[in-house]
Formats: sequence, structure tokens, C-alpha cells
Amino acid sequence: MFQLTESKNKIYHLIMDGPKDKMHVIDYDFIKGLEKHIDKIEKLKDMAGLIILSKHNEFIAGGDLAMLRDVSSVEECQKLTRRLHRVLRKIETLGKPVVACLNGTTLGGGYEVTLACHYRIGLSNKKYKIGLPEVTLGLLPGAGGTQRLPRMIGIQNSIPYLLQGKTVNPQEALKDGLIDLLSDSEEELLIAAENAIEVIVNENPWDQKGFSIPGGEVQSKSGYMVIPGATAMMSAKTFGNYLAPKNILSCIYEGLQVPIDRALEIETSYFTELVLNPSTKKMIRTLFYSMNECKNGVHRPKDIVQKEIKKVGILGAGMMGAGIAYVSAKAGIQVVLKDLTQELVDQGKDYSAKLLDKAIEKKRLTPEKKSTILDLIQTTTNVEDFKDCDLIIEAVVEDRKIKAIVTKETEAIISENTIFASNTSTLPITGLAKESTRPSNFIGLHFFSPVDKMPLVEVILGEKSSAEATALCLDYIQKINKTPIVVNDGRGFYTSRVFTTYVIEGIKLLQDGVAPALIENAGKQAGMPVGPLAVADEVSIDLIHHILEQTIRDLGVESVDQEIYRTVTFFVKKLGRLGRKSGKGFYEYPTDGNKFLSQHLENHFSISDQQPSVEDVKKRLLYIQSIESLKCLKENVLTTARDGDVGSIIGFGFPAYTGGVFSFIELEGIEVFTRNCHQLARKYGSRFTPPSFLSDVKFYE
Amino acid sequence: MKKVIIYDAVRTARGRGKIYGKLHTSRPIHLSQTVLKAIQERNCLDTSYINDVILGCVSQVSEQGGCIAKSAALYAGYDEGVSGFTLNRFCGSGLEAINQASSSIMSGYYDLIVAGGVESMSRVPIGSDGGAWMIDPAVASQTNFIPQGISADLIATLDHFSRTDVDSFAVESQKKAAIAWSENRFNSIIPVKDTNGVILLDKDEHMRPETSLESLNELRPSFYDMGTKYGFDEVAKLKYPQVENINHVHHAGNASGIVDGASVALLGSEEIGKNLGLKPRAIIKSFSMVSMDPTIMLTGPAPACEKALKVCGMNLADIDLIEINEAFASVVLHFIKEMNADENKINVNGGAIAFGHPLGATGAMLLGTVLDELERQDKETGMITLCIGGGMGISTIIERI
Repeated sequence: MFQLTESKNKIYHLIMDGPKDKMHVIDYDFIKGLEKHIDKIEKLKDMAGLIILSKHNEFIAGGDLAMLRDVSSVEECQKLTRRLHRVLRKIETLGKPVVACLNGTTLGGGYEVTLACHYRIGLSNKKYKIGLPEVTLGLLPGAGGTQRLPRMIGIQNSIPYLLQGKTVNPQEALKDGLIDLLSDSEEELLIAAENAIEVIVNENPWDQKGFSIPGGEVQSKSGYMVIPGATAMMSAKTFGNYLAPKNILSCIYEGLQVPIDRALEIETSYFTELVLNPSTKKMIRTLFYSMNECKNGVHRPKDIVQKEIKKVGILGAGMMGAGIAYVSAKAGIQVVLKDLTQELVDQGKDYSAKLLDKAIEKKRLTPEKKSTILDLIQTTTNVEDFKDCDLIIEAVVEDRKIKAIVTKETEAIISENTIFASNTSTLPITGLAKESTRPSNFIGLHFFSPVDKMPLVEVILGEKSSAEATALCLDYIQKINKTPIVVNDGRGFYTSRVFTTYVIEGIKLLQDGVAPALIENAGKQAGMPVGPLAVADEVSIDLIHHILEQTIRDLGVESVDQEIYRTVTFFVKKLGRLGRKSGKGFYEYPTDGNKFLSQHLENHFSISDQQPSVEDVKKRLLYIQSIESLKCLKENVLTTARDGDVGSIIGFGFPAYTGGVFSFIELEGIEVFTRNCHQLARKYGSRFTPPSFLSDVKFYE
Repeated sequence: MKKVIIYDAVRTARGRGKIYGKLHTSRPIHLSQTVLKAIQERNCLDTSYINDVILGCVSQVSEQGGCIAKSAALYAGYDEGVSGFTLNRFCGSGLEAINQASSSIMSGYYDLIVAGGVESMSRVPIGSDGGAWMIDPAVASQTNFIPQGISADLIATLDHFSRTDVDSFAVESQKKAAIAWSENRFNSIIPVKDTNGVILLDKDEHMRPETSLESLNELRPSFYDMGTKYGFDEVAKLKYPQVENINHVHHAGNASGIVDGASVALLGSEEIGKNLGLKPRAIIKSFSMVSMDPTIMLTGPAPACEKALKVCGMNLADIDLIEINEAFASVVLHFIKEMNADENKINVNGGAIAFGHPLGATGAMLLGTVLDELERQDKETGMITLCIGGGMGISTIIERI
């Protein structure tokens, strides 16, 4: 893994050269190798300096999560962390200048290795990432990152990197002081490193006498300006649900008041707490392992030959169609965007132009690249233009009749092998496929709005959807850099079905006399992105009404909650309060200010004097989603807990700290969850009765 | 238990807590010396009879550090045998000093104590002493720490006090203060002098009698940005999830002013008063300390007063005058609402919105203020109360002799 070579003038190179098929990560082998070589280096008394570099495209991608996942005791974690600290301290205190050549992506533990060096040179390639993303997986930079970075760039400057896990390209890294120099090529990088050896100081500032934190100490005026605000902002964002950012702040606050060696002990304690924290383990499982499985094609039928997707036809140039056109063209796929009038398709294409302009503004795109992307989008009102498409995505209004018409029209033109995907969010695919002459080519692709931002695509298999159709769609999703889950057909499939329960429960709470602000705060404090009533307003109350009516038409009056139906109908038909789009819904939307909860709610619902605890409301809002997900699992709409967990977090904003709807049940403990469900069912209704199979369910092997 | 007699109470005028404030050139030790000397001289006191000097002081660092009470006793020329101790109960420190002294005298272990407080906010700014509650992320996040201004706004939100409500209160405070001064109602204010005896300040400097609803309306809410941009509103809502938005109504014009000042009272047993020929002015009837939710923080006065009333078997109706520290307008309005108190008995000569609130000194200043006014109106009973950081509240009830 490591090679030690002598370059000119007694400068040594420590070269990382691991197996080519695996990115460099910090695991036991890495630590062992590093220890061995640093021991050797310590004995090189005549060494002028050391350069650490990588033979890979990346420097080091981070710590090995599998290693952390398997850590099961405080002692084990502390032993591991101390070993890493010890070897990094040896590098830092060699008494010889040490330069790190960040010749590629350098993340997490990898970047922490470079922080223990005395000088960091990056490579000028905007694709490379530098930063400390640990917090996004519920961890903290446990190899000294919480201590060395703020000592290097100051408390305030380090906060976005440590607390939000911000990663940047080398240019920005230079600007923020994460690295000291940029080189244009690998050759120049080495020359610059050797030159640096001649001039840099052979110890880090924090090992020197009289060191003070750049920008101000913790116990100083500036410390009192920055830290309380950072803590409040952290609490405001996490509502106390995430331990990692809290521990990171404590590392900064406590660690920066003591010498570096003692500071590392403090970091070790807080790191260990996180590694062993059940929420962290769930976050890592879902957000890293499961997400990667989904991204890397775990669902793809293995025996289907990959077919290149050159051209995709999109039916409907509204918000969704336009968004799908954008992400497709951005991935280099030719797009045919069709709607009824030229005006509509022009508007649809303009959506891409606007997004690209924004990217240019932010210097993330060149004007040339913009025109290349836009040139890929062909607009049309003529269905004939779909004839050589590999995939058609239908994104017209949620109306069976219209969908049937366009399906027939399109199938008359396209080849027998072209896959037809409907971007419906609620209508069962099998039913829609009945209008198709080739139901095996018919499949559901549920995109989320706004398409350019939302990472999930829910693939829905109709009864007759073929393996070829599935494979092609998954290849397409991979190409547009989204994450798929694959579900079986059913009303609302998985995501819409479960997400609706959140909104409905919000309205149920209103009907139970719970104060509107309490409902909304409980939603947010539980970790959902917005309160349920705000969501209802965003998706629009008449859409909910529409879905309820459609359900009644399809399944009968008994299939929907009558109270909910009455309330929603009243809001839509009597009050004309449709949500944000009509300027009034559960909220009021003044043109000159922020939205606020409508007084109408207090008039229409009798708000009781005795309000439940926020914990109680939070429980209702989260539990109902997990219970509905369990039903999806039972009905085989979901075939794995993995897809349920991934889809819930990146699809409808179920809080990440839970690891998803099923991991949440595990976190609560199945027994406790079941007991709480029964309690909720007694108090609020049978919708909380847990499915009977819960007692012997095992979500993950 | 022994009776505790208030023999005297003095205070400095309050100077603006700014570099151009008239007391900015006076060190806190000088302010302390001024009141200690004054109470000694006014009572022709042989200081060797004093058992202890207790001073409240919130920011006990730099020149207010190192137990300023003992240094001040020495600097005021008190007998070497007089001990000194400095305490910090945040804004309640000055009154806490009185209550601590009272306990010691009641127990019979002490006979005569000088107690009060000092704070030069222009020289040792508020927050200079730091504090884990505010800055330690583990502590702040676990306990939902928010700055007091947000707490005051939260009270206004929950009690539906509008900006006009709190501003009107502030205008009244200024008016009452102006009348009180124009009629020279304050007997116990000691001028602060320089080494040559030139008077630096003999009248409260912070007042703005010209304040009107219109002029206050110009002021931007002080805690809006802090609450909305730095997340403190959301922290408050973790504890108060029934609140949709916090109504930020407080600003420099309806909150207590930042000022410099010092105050002390002379407390002792009946016996020592007789022996030394001291003239009793009032008796300490009872006192109390409570602690409430630290996030809303400033609702302590009502329960503290309830407790103090209960201890001495009195009702609110038995109290003639109430001095409540005007930390923020909503604190007083909330107190009135919760106690169903008679507004005409409260802060009849204005309060900290007009005069300012020299943190550690205020409690003992309010004791002197209510005592002066009881004598002026020839009334009997007075109650002093302050809201305190951390959710605490303090109260003392006195009765004239």
C-alpha cells in the first residue's frame, strides 16, 4: 500500500499505491502500513523532508465505514482512534517538513491526514473534492479534524466544513485556507512540493510557543460572538435530533482550550460516542451502504444486456416534463420534448435555459456548455418526432383518459422495443398499462419535484412490466445520476402513499383540536422538512381532494376517511382555500410578507384548551408513516426495507437521523414501537394498529 | 429568629453606561467606596461593629474581580476587622446581598451587615465574565439557552402584548421618573465625586423624559435578527411549540438601560441598633428565591412574590408599593397580568427603563427606592422583585417601623 522512496536532496516520498480497483480509505491495513513506514522514516536522521502523495486519482477518499460499522465497544473505538492520532502526531512532530500532495479527491480522514502535515498542495481540477463530510453520516472528523482545522483557519471559518460537512473543489479550498497552494499538473505538484520542503517550517503553528487561534480564542470576545450563535443555529436546524453537530461543536469549544494532545483525547471521546450511537449506525447503513447499492444497480436484472440510451422522448412540457428534459440533456442524452403547442414546449425548454443561466452565474458552467446542453433538447408538437427514441417518459396531467390517449398516439409511432414510462405519482401502472398495446414495455418512473434537485426516482413495476423495461430505466436513472428504488404497483405506490399519511395526519390533528402552530412545529421538530399543513398547501389542497375523489371512485366511499374528506371538500369547495397557489390554504400568503397560519383554522376547528405534548404530536406524525410503510412491505409494494428506508429519506424527507421509516422502528425498538402503536390506536384510531407481522419481522439480514 | 432592621439605604445616581457616561471615569471600586462611606457617615457608624460587607456584582472580572466587596471595605476605610464577600445572582445580586445579610442576622450569628451591590457596565461590560450556559454548546443546546431579549419577546408573544403595549409602558416609566426627579422624591441618592470633591453625577443620567410612542416607534426590534437569523427563535419554540412566530417587540427604548452605579443598605438586629443609637427605618418581613423555566427565563417575579407573601402571611392587597425591575417592559406587564396587581402601586417613580439597571447594584437600589417612597407617602409595606437569568426570581418584603 505504501512505498518509501528517496528523491533528490534527501527528500523522501511516501507514496500510497493501493490496489487499483479500490479507492484509498483509512482502514486497519492503511493504519498499519502508515505506522510501519513512519517508524522507518523516524530513523532517517538525514532526511530533509517528506512528501506524501498518492498513485491513485484520489488522495484518500476517507475513513473506512465498514471498519467503523463493526466497532462495538468504547475501548475498541478509543484504541483505534488513538492509534490513528498517534501516527498522525508522529508525522506532525517528525521535526522535518512534511508536505501533502492532494493530487485528487481528499475527503474525511484523508483530509485529516493532510492536516497533520505542514503544507498542503492541491491539484487544479474542479472535479476533485476536498472537505470533511463526516457529519452527513452522523459522525465527526475523528482523526484530529475538529482540532487542526479550526487551529489552522479559525473557529468561524471552520464551522461550515465541520458542522455542515461542506466539500469544495481545490480552488475554493485554497481560498478558504484548506490548502496552501494549487498546482496545474501532477509534475508541477511534485516540483512545488520539493520547493516547499526548502522553505516551510517543520512544525505546525499549534505546536509552537505562543500559538493563538486565528480569529480569536474560545474564551474571547470573538468566541462569545461565534459559538453561542453557532450552537443556536445548530439547534434550530437539527432540533436536537442529531448528535454529530452537537458533538462537533463541543469538540471545538472544549478542544480549542487545551493543548493539541489533550484536545485529541476530547475529540476521541465525542467521536466514540457517535460511532457507537445507534442513530449513526442507521444513518451509515441507509445513507451510505443502501444508497450506494441503489445507485450501483442492485435492482438491475443481471442478464439483460446494457443498451445505450441515446434519445429520450418526453410527453408534456410542464414542470415535471421540463425538469426531466433538463436532467436528461445535462447527462448528454438527446431529448425530444413534446406538448400540444409550440408555446408550451418553448416554455419547457426555457426552464432548462434558466437553470443553466443560474449555473453560469455561480461559475459552475460555461456559456458554451450551456448551448451544448440546450442543443440536445429538441422541441416539438409532433408525435412523429418520437420515432427513434429509446425511452418515452409520459409526464402529462394525472388524468387516466388523457394518459390513455397519449399512450395510444405514441405507441403508434415508436418501435416495438421502445420503453414507455409514465411519470405518474399516484395512478396504478397496471391500470395505465391496460391502454397500452405493449404492456410489457410499460413501466412507471416517478420523479420528484423539482426534478433537478430531488435525487430519487421511484421505479414502479406494473404486473406485466418486463425485465428489459426495468433494466433500461435503471440504466437511464444511473445515467442522469439519480438514485432509484424499485417498487411494485399499488395506489400511490410507495412514496406518495406514505407521504400522504403525513399530510392527512396533520389534518387529523387539526380535527382533534390541536393548535395549528403546535402541529407545524412538531412536524419540523420531528425532523420533517416542513410541517404537514404547509405541505398540504404546497401540493395544494385540491390535489388532495382530487386524490380522495379518485380513490372513492375506484374503491368506494368506505376507502377514505370521511372526516378528512369532509374537511378537504369544505376547504376546496366552500372556502376556496386551495393552498399556496390560490394565495390561501391552511396558511395565508400575504403579498408583502411571510406566510402565517390562517385564523380560519381556529374558527373551523375547535382548538382545545388541553394541548398534547409536542412529543405526542411528533410521534403521531412519524409513526403513521412507518405504519403505512409496513403495510407497503406486507403488500409487497416494497420488496425490501432498504428501498423503503432510502426512498423515505431522499423521497419525502423522512428524517435522516432515523435511517428511514424502517430503521426508525428498529431505533425505537420493535417492542416499544408496537406498544406505542397500540397506545396511539386506542387514543386516536385504528389507523395506528400495527400490522400483525411486525412482531417477527426482520428488516435487514 | 431575630428581627432584621433596615437602618439605612443609599445609592449613587446612575450614569450612562457608555464611554461618555458621567461615571465612566469612576472605577467600580470608587463607586463602592462612595456608598460605603456615605452609609457610614450618615449613621456616624463605628465600622468595627460591622460584621460583613456583602456586595452583589455580576461581572466579577478585572477591576470588579478579586472579591471587590473586601477591597471596597478596605478602600472605604472600614475597620480591618470587617470581612467582605461578593456574590453573583445575576440581576438579583443586589437584593440577594440584602437577603443573605438578613438570613445571617435572623440566625443571630451576625449583628450588623452592610449589603448592596456595584456594577460599572461602562467599564466592565455585561458578559465580560463569560459563562458556560451561554457558550458551552453542550450546556446551551441541552437546556435551550436563548438570550434574555428573546425571552422577553417570547413573554410578549405568549401574553399577546403588542409593540404598542410595551412601548406605552416605557413611555410611562419615563414620565413617572421625570416627575419623581422634578419633585425631588429621592432622599437616598448620593452624589459621586472626584478626588477634589467635584461632583461627577448627582442625578440619574439615563432618563429620556421626552420619550413618546412616536419616538419609540422609530426603533428597530433589537432581537429580531438574533432570533430569526441565528436560530434562537427556533430554540425557543423547542420549548414553546405552540408559538408560530415570536413577536419581537423589545428594543433599547423599552428595556432597562445600561448604566453604572452602586448601592448599599445597613441591616442589623434590634439590639445593635439600640446600642449604637441607629434609627430604624423598616423591617425585613420576608424574602424568597424561586426558579422557573430557563428558556422563558424572566417570569420569576410573580412566583417569587407569591412565595415571599406566603412566608409572612400577607396578601398582595397588603402591599402598598411594589418595585419590580424593568428589565424589559413585558416582564412587568406579565407580572401585573399574572398577579392581577394594581398598576398604581408598581414602580410609581419609574424604573429601570428610565433609570437604567446596573446589574449587581439594582436590587439594593430598589430597596432604597421603595423605602424612600413609603416614607414620602407615609405608607407601610413595600415589595421588591427582580427577574433573574436562568429563570430565577427574587423578592423581598419590607415594612416601615
